[in-house]
Amino acid sequence: MTQVVVVGAGLGGLRAAESLRGQGFDVMVIGDEPHLPYNRPPLSKESLKGGVEVEGLEFRRKHDDIDWRLGAAATGCSLASRMVMVDDSAYPFDGLVIASGIRPRHLPVPGPQPPVLRTADDALVLRARLTPGASLLVIGAGFIGCEVAATARQLGCEVTVTAYDAEPMLRPLGAQLGAAMKAHHEAHGVTFHLGQGVAEFHDDGVTLADGTRLTADVVIEAVGSVPNTEWLAGNGLDLADGVLTDSLMQVVGTDVPVVAVGDVARFPNPRFDDVPRRIEHWNLPTETGKRAGQTLGALLNGEEPTGDFRPMPAFWSDQYDVALQSYGQPALGEPTLVDGEWSGDCIVEYLRDGEAIGVVGVNRTKDLMHYRKEIGAA
Amino acid sequence: MKITVDMDKCQHYGQCTFEAPTVFALNDDGKLEYTGEVDDALADQVEAAADVCPMQAIEISA
Repeated sequence: MTQVVVVGAGLGGLRAAESLRGQGFDVMVIGDEPHLPYNRPPLSKESLKGGVEVEGLEFRRKHDDIDWRLGAAATGCSLASRMVMVDDSAYPFDGLVIASGIRPRHLPVPGPQPPVLRTADDALVLRARLTPGASLLVIGAGFIGCEVAATARQLGCEVTVTAYDAEPMLRPLGAQLGAAMKAHHEAHGVTFHLGQGVAEFHDDGVTLADGTRLTADVVIEAVGSVPNTEWLAGNGLDLADGVLTDSLMQVVGTDVPVVAVGDVARFPNPRFDDVPRRIEHWNLPTETGKRAGQTLGALLNGEEPTGDFRPMPAFWSDQYDVALQSYGQPALGEPTLVDGEWSGDCIVEYLRDGEAIGVVGVNRTKDLMHYRKEIGAA
Repeated sequence: MKITVDMDKCQHYGQCTFEAPTVFALNDDGKLEYTGEVDDALADQVEAAADVCPMQAIEISA
């Protein structure tokens, strides 16, 4: 039998594994967490409110004959000998799926590193500490930081958010929507200290670059992510930011059948241009996982992968009664209000060279579908 | 095949409507409406719809 090894037991690894098992290959999945693949977005929302355990977040699994090896991360890989290493064990493969994802980034400043929120186990620890009246300091004002802030306010915590950027979610949403979201948070009682980097961590908070000392009962760091590629070192791959692949998710720089999926894959999307990018949006692991499954299947059958792959990135974020939804790549364009008011329910298109490359709706899910059709259509 | 959407989980994001447009739709109020029992010929579409639901609210049974 032809053996596929999938490194990474998140959503992208699951979708690729299902595709390949469905094609008749033997599939082993290696995952660092002890859990079967589960849905992460609820970790910053429902899971912190309680009553949602990891078992309830597990994805539906379509095959019961995939070999799950959970609880230890891949530590190395030799493409030349077609082996993945997990500590002292070596697992041979005919085809490899790189689905090792990302981990939270830490700020390189002195002092004790604060906890992060990435896994179901992280959420359990944080949940226990977010008791009514407790104070929370969130370092970072991206989606995870802002969602945790909103959830903590709903739990009755006092919440402060600090970030280097001048507005929350500045890069994905732009300054105007960022400012509007800041106003939503402030109306719900969140205090912001923006535009300042962190100079030092303390057990009870941080000192900012301007000397401001912020303290809290609970501190959490949510300042972006780093792709997990260290285990691939020494194979001659382009690991500059994730793993470089072609537009059909085949890893570039090796003759061995290898594909990459999800957050760790840096791939060109002809919907937008020919620039390879990593995209950390929720639907991409499913899209890239299914496509990579087809690509690897073809390679293992001695065929040339064919087809056209132009996935539409999409993300969602719920904060209080605000439902943000996006299609495309808003971060690459200039925000332009097309309907509503910046401060209320609205639709914002993001233009690059006069063409819509992304769209974001605030509480406008159904209307957004019309705009979705225009994104990167050229 | 039978389809059940957990409406406590569903946030009406509408991703299922792109994958299985004859089974799922958002109504004029932006709320999800769906057909609870469909022909097995639509199985691939319905499976894809369940896969892309951000809330993982769609359940399928034979």
